[in-house]
Amino acid sequence: MLILHCPYCGVKGEETEFAPGGEAHLARHGPGSTDDDFKSYLFSRKNPRGVHFERWRHASGCGKWFHAARATDTLEVYATYKAQTLAPPKQVLDIIAKKRPGWNI
Amino acid sequence: MSTRIAQHGRLIDRNTPVKFTFNGQSLSGFHGDTLASALLASDQMLMGRSFKYHRPRGVVASGAEEPNALMGLGTGARFEPNQRATTTELFGGLQARSQNHWPSLEHDIGAVNTYLSRFLPAGFYYKMFMYPRAFWKHVYEPFIRMSAGLGQAPTDKDADTYEHFYAFADVLVIGGGIAGLQSAYSAARSGAKVLLLEQTAHWGGRAPVDGGHVDDKPVDTFVDELVSELESMPNVTMLTRCMGAGIYDHGYATGYQRLTDHTPGTDGPRHRLWRIRATRIITATGAIERPLSFAGNDVPGVMLASAMRDYLVNHGVTIGQRIVVVTNNDDAYRTAICLHKVGVNVLRILDARPAGGGALMQEARDIGIRIDPGRGIAKVTGGKRVKKVHICAQDGSGGALEELACDAVAMSGGWSPVVHLWSHCGGKLTWDRDLAHFRPDATRPPTGSDGSGFTSVAGCANGHMGLGDILRDAISAGKAAAKEAGFKPKKQATPQSVAADEAPLEPVWLMPRNARYSLRMKTWLDFQNDVKVSDVQLAAREGYESVEHTKRYTTLGMATDQGKLSNINGLATLANALNADIPTVGTTTFRPPYTPISMGSIGGEARDEIFQPIRRTPMHEWHEANNADFEPVGHWRRPYAFPRHGETTHDAVTREVNNTRQHLGLLDASSLGKLLVKGPDAGKFLDMLYTNMMSSLKPGRCRYGLMCSENGFLIDDGVVARIDDDTFLCHTTTGGADRIHGLMEEWLQTEWWDWQVYVANLTEQYAQIGVVGPNARKVLEKLGGMDVSADALSFMGWADGVIGGFNARVYRISFSGELSFEIAVAASQGRAFWDALMAAGQEFGVMPYGTEALHIMRAEKGFIMIGDESDGTVIPQDLGLHWAISKKKDDYLGKRAHARMAMTDTDRWQLVGLETTDGSTLPDGAYATAQGVNANGQRMTQGRVTSTYHSPTLNKGIAMGLVHHGPDRMGEVLEFPGIDGKVTHATIVNPVFFDPEGEKQNV
Repeated sequence: MLILHCPYCGVKGEETEFAPGGEAHLARHGPGSTDDDFKSYLFSRKNPRGVHFERWRHASGCGKWFHAARATDTLEVYATYKAQTLAPPKQVLDIIAKKRPGWNI
Repeated sequence: MSTRIAQHGRLIDRNTPVKFTFNGQSLSGFHGDTLASALLASDQMLMGRSFKYHRPRGVVASGAEEPNALMGLGTGARFEPNQRATTTELFGGLQARSQNHWPSLEHDIGAVNTYLSRFLPAGFYYKMFMYPRAFWKHVYEPFIRMSAGLGQAPTDKDADTYEHFYAFADVLVIGGGIAGLQSAYSAARSGAKVLLLEQTAHWGGRAPVDGGHVDDKPVDTFVDELVSELESMPNVTMLTRCMGAGIYDHGYATGYQRLTDHTPGTDGPRHRLWRIRATRIITATGAIERPLSFAGNDVPGVMLASAMRDYLVNHGVTIGQRIVVVTNNDDAYRTAICLHKVGVNVLRILDARPAGGGALMQEARDIGIRIDPGRGIAKVTGGKRVKKVHICAQDGSGGALEELACDAVAMSGGWSPVVHLWSHCGGKLTWDRDLAHFRPDATRPPTGSDGSGFTSVAGCANGHMGLGDILRDAISAGKAAAKEAGFKPKKQATPQSVAADEAPLEPVWLMPRNARYSLRMKTWLDFQNDVKVSDVQLAAREGYESVEHTKRYTTLGMATDQGKLSNINGLATLANALNADIPTVGTTTFRPPYTPISMGSIGGEARDEIFQPIRRTPMHEWHEANNADFEPVGHWRRPYAFPRHGETTHDAVTREVNNTRQHLGLLDASSLGKLLVKGPDAGKFLDMLYTNMMSSLKPGRCRYGLMCSENGFLIDDGVVARIDDDTFLCHTTTGGADRIHGLMEEWLQTEWWDWQVYVANLTEQYAQIGVVGPNARKVLEKLGGMDVSADALSFMGWADGVIGGFNARVYRISFSGELSFEIAVAASQGRAFWDALMAAGQEFGVMPYGTEALHIMRAEKGFIMIGDESDGTVIPQDLGLHWAISKKKDDYLGKRAHARMAMTDTDRWQLVGLETTDGSTLPDGAYATAQGVNANGQRMTQGRVTSTYHSPTLNKGIAMGLVHHGPDRMGEVLEFPGIDGKVTHATIVNPVFFDPEGEKQNV
């Protein structure tokens, strides 16, 4: 059971407090988009062995959605950050690069 | 025979005899016995029958690793199958039954399987029961179901209670042997909060049995002093009878505490599940002795050497009078010496090593025990008890050099560290060539949220077998864990212990090394699942090279003991068969729990009423008092119908429909979702969520809307009321309220976070009552207050006002086709308002109606129901709801998906009405068949029933369904075969069966 830190209310909580929401930073493709783009938006998800950016909701807490940068192999959580961003913030990428030399997004 | 002797018995109280029964026979033991030791003291060696061949089996171990001695304990509501006799503490009145035999343990018909074993090798299920295909269902499966399985499942509801505890620790130590105690002490001296778990009722583990000195004190004195010291430390919590069950992500661990198993009848819960969060965890879980693989190693009376020593020292029980010891290491000599000292005749020590052992061998020889180095056992004979061993050269193929009559065999194949808990969360192992076992690889521990290892290991579990090494390892593990948890460890002198020089172990994976087939097929690896050396070798020959595949093909290690005795021997056998190294073959995955834990403990307090919260509307008590027949809708309980005295539920539903259509019905609609959406961008937001246009709705008006997922599928529907320019109230389905609220939050927080919209779930703030029927307006006018005339409040309008003294919001909407007002009042006023409506409505023929009448009336009107007409694969266009899909909007959730090829396909099944030709009611979910068959030989289909009812209004069966090209095929008759083989014919008709012009609701 993972421990995650909610970047909104500041609570360090157990996984049971949170609800997972899959891959983060997906770009929405609406009317007018190509079939390939729309299919990718709806169905294609990364499943890396390693660094993964994912969405979580503090469902049994403050109710806010946030993002976590997490390693699926070691379970290390590099950072959690607010959901109102289109890409991982630089300081998050810096933390990961420091912990996993040679890693690229 | 096995018997109690006058010497030893450190754990039993000979002044407190305890009576119990085994298979109905009355027996006696002592307080401090386990069920296994008490049975052995009564010469009851035979304790069960094996899983597949029904071989007679006796106890082979003394602890949690026991594969054979599984019992059914207790009776009735306290019956529990598959309990290990070795971990069951004896108490007065204990009732135990052996398992897996018929008619009795002594005489078992199923034992014929052992003579058929040549025909029942690994994988025989897969080979034998393939053909003829039709035999599977009626011949093979019933036979396998009858003969397989160990204990019987309990039939009564569990009479005991269980609970969960949450705990936090800086350092969690699992295992209360000498390593666990020492590392807990070393960690606790830093001030860290330490939690120490021990699965048995006693501290010290094997150390007091194995003996030795620490700092010139006998080791049991050292243990006692260490325990007292720990007990005096306020930062240490110590739990016995509490097994560390599992280690999970980020320092989460579970402990399984058996509180009253040994004192039944005591108040309080039976088991407690500890849910622990620890900064650092030390697994000091010890080691388990391995059996040796020789023919007949499962005959009752063949036992692990350490277990034989345990029963002697702990319980004063000897397993036999004439014992042969067989080993590949020095430790078994301790058992031989121990037995010899109490007068048991140790006939021979067979040491597979050509040069024998070290100092312990000399000690055994000095007291007169004969030692044969380079020798092993070709086979053990005897049915329900060891009668004879055939001695052979370990290097040979099993030619007997000598036969020796005896009544018990003590075997030792070396020790395997208990690495389970280390491995549960991803800790890796390394193969120790010298000791021939896997032990934790300290460089690859399970990692926590900060990326560093959170588990370490101490003592035997870390591969240290000598007392001095164990203590040194435990001190360093304890100090390191405390430091990593943020505490400053204190300096500490290392207790000194001098161990006898031991000769190295020599791995023995098969005895004798080149045993012929007839011996290998009687050489057991997994006692509980009846897997033999020959089975694993067969699997390897048949191409099962992965240890995980071999496990599943042979069932090696898949029994309730999860292969605690068999895994290492099994994978070594596989490695030999594949000519591969043991570490390259690797282990199967260790998964929690370490030993089976009760289902009750997993559920904890969450059973009966508190298993799941029940949501009740403000009128719930009235419904209960008026004989409501409730149905679950989400977490709500809604009245299905209100049967009157002598009335069936069906009669009640018919009456409720007729009364509502003719007079006046009241519906408790409080559970419907009510989401307030407010803000300057609320209209824009709802235009994205609903398929139709909501921003154009005028304040004071209502509009029915549909919601789709991004996939385009219909997910919810309901009426939206515009309260003012900035505010909308969205009604959702009862089951959809929380889900749709969550969906709104998700889009607002993660996609359109710059839109100014606020959403609040007001579902429970309002009681809502449907006042429905031709007399609906009359009852409201009688109560008086606001103007509810057709002019003041037209269809699809809403207004705030006062009715009968209640502040109310009245929506003129209809889901029944009748004149209908849905009236919301504050939840606290709900019951009073309901009572007022019931009282005022008497003269107008008021009756409450339930969800079934609601469903029938909406079906008569052809209104869809989410979950009936929609099932996650249906789009609004399938349901003829094009009118509710805006063509003007650039975008809404699902719009892009509706343009996909599969969604615009004209072959999609479409909604129609279905009317049976004979007036009967169609079976729910029935399919309309078409010509021909598909690739699987099944009949082709061309439609299915989504809702079906007997309509009291029309007095015939009516249904809705999705039919291929349905709307173009009005008047065609379809065939619907039922599961009873009866075919119902139904005509395709318009789905609106009743009042298509809406004359009844627009008055």
